[in-house]
Amino acid sequence: MRYIRNVVTLQLDVKKCLGCRRCEEVCPHRVFAMNDMKASIKDRDACMECGACALNCPTRAISVKPGVGCAAAIIKGMLTGKEPSCDCSDDGCC
Amino acid sequence: MSDRCCGNDPAGIMRADTVMTFRDRLGALKVRCGIGRNNYKVTPGLYALGSPDDKSAVFVSANYKLTFDSLRKELSGMDCYILILDTKGVNVWCAAGKGTFGTDELVSRIEKTGLAGIVSHRELILPQLGASGVCAHNVKRRTGFEVIYGPVRASDIKKFIAAGMDADDDMRAVRFTTRDRIVLVPMEFIPAMKFSLPIFGILFLANMILREPFGIEDLATYMCALAAGAVLTPVLLPIIPGRAFSLKGWIVGILLTLFAVWQFGWLQDDIIVASGYLLLIPSVSAYFAMNFTGSSTYTSPSGVLKEMRFAVPFILITVIIGSILLFIGKVIV
Repeated sequence: MRYIRNVVTLQLDVKKCLGCRRCEEVCPHRVFAMNDMKASIKDRDACMECGACALNCPTRAISVKPGVGCAAAIIKGMLTGKEPSCDCSDDGCC
Repeated sequence: MSDRCCGNDPAGIMRADTVMTFRDRLGALKVRCGIGRNNYKVTPGLYALGSPDDKSAVFVSANYKLTFDSLRKELSGMDCYILILDTKGVNVWCAAGKGTFGTDELVSRIEKTGLAGIVSHRELILPQLGASGVCAHNVKRRTGFEVIYGPVRASDIKKFIAAGMDADDDMRAVRFTTRDRIVLVPMEFIPAMKFSLPIFGILFLANMILREPFGIEDLATYMCALAAGAVLTPVLLPIIPGRAFSLKGWIVGILLTLFAVWQFGWLQDDIIVASGYLLLIPSVSAYFAMNFTGSSTYTSPSGVLKEMRFAVPFILITVIIGSILLFIGKVIV
């Protein structure tokens, strides 16, 4: 299953990469591959911007803008003027 | 905590059982239907499974009882510890996204339980999906414990250990199987139904003044929107054309609506009502389907924003025009 193309905010600065493989380990959509002992992005459109790679990168070589990927939460955020959050009004959506 | 699975021992370490009782299964079913799902928790802290010693592995998890249950079931036969973080009764992935399954909570839970004095090694096995909330190198720096990210699914834990704490690509990848999607349907359908109740109320009141009141056929047509957006789109997700969830919902919605307006004869002899429904119902379906992005395991927030930029104005405009046509059709006929 693939979602909308060419939209994700994932960035990798290969010059800062130490080759520790953490990003490859934590990515739930297998976005990274190792290339010459350095990380590389092999499948950018599979990224869902969960932020695990950036948070676990010891040299901050990766950046991504994580967020709530839920339309209802975004609409609610727009209407109430607050940051979108996962807490749905009645029961919580996840 | 009243659950039979757990109890305290003098050292402050709680005991966990690996057997699922009828009560555990009933609890899981209720939660899947939205009953008491915000209060299905276990007490945070350190649990012992079997007869662990100072060399036994430590698994870290969330205090949502469904999560705890699936973990303890998969660890049957093992002697180990489970360190339960206080995630406010939310599963690992969602809690990691919110930061409650996070570095600070993990560090403080290690300190509160005195884990460093209970085990002699310095390794923790975390579920991989906790990685979006936990910064492994900071945990190491602050506590000395090395974070090992285990497989995504608890069912792969034994295979992971047998492979020498190594997970292959398959174990590391999130899926979204038909079964995964089916168990989510009640929590799509029930809120969609609640959302619809005020609409039914308005139509009931409108019936007092309309020449041709809304009847069972109109209700059935409206239910097409719920069936398409909250049930069929989630279940059939991969085989419906399009990438945007709203588009998928709209496609299923227009197919069902076409069938309904033809079946009920509006297409043949009341084109205003038929057009009203053909504008309205697929868009309501698109709205419900779009909300499923919040439950899916592969949609990016940037993608959701992109689809919303087109879908929200489209839905609003078609719903307004569709409703106007419908009322015109019902008043004038």
